[in-house]
Amino acid sequence: MEHLSADVVACPDCDLLQRVPVLPPGGTACCARCGLVLGSNKPGSLDRSMALATGALIAFLLANMEPLMRVSVAGETSSTTILGGVQTMWLQGEKITALLVALFVFVAPALDIVFMLAVLLASRRPPAPRWVGALLRWMVLSGVWSMVGVMMLGILVSLVKISSLATVEPGIGIFAVGALVFLLAGMSAGFEPREIWSRVRWADGEGPETGR
Amino acid sequence: MTRVLLTGARAGVVQCDACGLLSRPAGPEGAGNCRRCGEMLAFRRRNPIQRTWALIIAAAICYLPANILPVMTTRTLKSVEADTILSGVVRLYESGSWVLALIILVASVMIPLGKLIALAYLLITVQLRSNRRRRERVRLYRMLKAVGRWSMLDVFVATIVVALVQLRPFMSIVPESGVMFFTAVVILTIFAAGTFDPRLIWDSGGEAGREDD
Repeated sequence: MEHLSADVVACPDCDLLQRVPVLPPGGTACCARCGLVLGSNKPGSLDRSMALATGALIAFLLANMEPLMRVSVAGETSSTTILGGVQTMWLQGEKITALLVALFVFVAPALDIVFMLAVLLASRRPPAPRWVGALLRWMVLSGVWSMVGVMMLGILVSLVKISSLATVEPGIGIFAVGALVFLLAGMSAGFEPREIWSRVRWADGEGPETGR
Repeated sequence: MTRVLLTGARAGVVQCDACGLLSRPAGPEGAGNCRRCGEMLAFRRRNPIQRTWALIIAAAICYLPANILPVMTTRTLKSVEADTILSGVVRLYESGSWVLALIILVASVMIPLGKLIALAYLLITVQLRSNRRRRERVRLYRMLKAVGRWSMLDVFVATIVVALVQLRPFMSIVPESGVMFFTAVVILTIFAAGTFDPRLIWDSGGEAGREDD
């Protein structure tokens, strides 16, 4: 027990110590006591995440530049982007809500995509530099607060709601947000942080362990 | 079947919250830093039960103005109508879109309420040192963490609707302060779920480290 080998983990949800075996391709390891997924072996996961993250970046730019929908009543028309909604919220006096919405549907997903691309590019040739570890820690946070999927449902609900009051025409932005939801989900689902951590240069200057 | 299971706490090792590497703590005062990622190590989060209770109570307090105050006001040539979350659901139902009414009802009313009740249940069972249904309780906890974000739905709907319906003088919709309290409820419950430590479910009850299947 003096040397803790790298394949022994404590389950984050129940603290049980257990050995995660070398997994076959496509295999998944679950905690013996509480069932939490402790790790999985997804062949080609890094390349797939890279492809999906690149796609997500393009969809994100389109989703924020193109109008979501156009509304018209008696010759008056208006259209908006997601950030346009945030701006109106701010101007109407709900500043805290405006800032939080911007954080959840613009800042967090943007950081999620940029951090993912940076981590994947930097860890292609191990050992990965230490800042990759810092980004991995931040990615947990940006993942928690990124709510593009909820925003997509919100946009659809508002589309139906407004269509009972006025004529609504969906714009390119709405389709881009829809694509972004799926690209982001695929990007995070295929990502295996354990694989990156095994390549990162250790803070004490010793690792990564070679014979893993 | 009864067997002794070794947990990180019993073995005296600390798992890094950020990268998952197990380390021997530097000393009883402070556990030191993770050898791999440099993050500060902690045996457990400090006072998770009290902190989670504090966040739940704060969320429950904000829940009242969030439901009593209007979230938006609709001005047309003929009328001025202020809507709370619940009256918005009723209005949607009456206008014939019961699917939308149901979606909003689940996201804005049932998820936040259910989350507050479920977190209180988890805390109470941990404080009673119950060792029953641990697997179900940890599953409930994971579900809470997954669904919490969907309560933001109504705030996002308000953001889009308010931006689009600015067709003065025919029709305009402005946000009201209920939106802020509602956002506060959602964020406080997300923080509460993050502060609760699921390992407490497994520490408590029976002899430490024993598992009765």
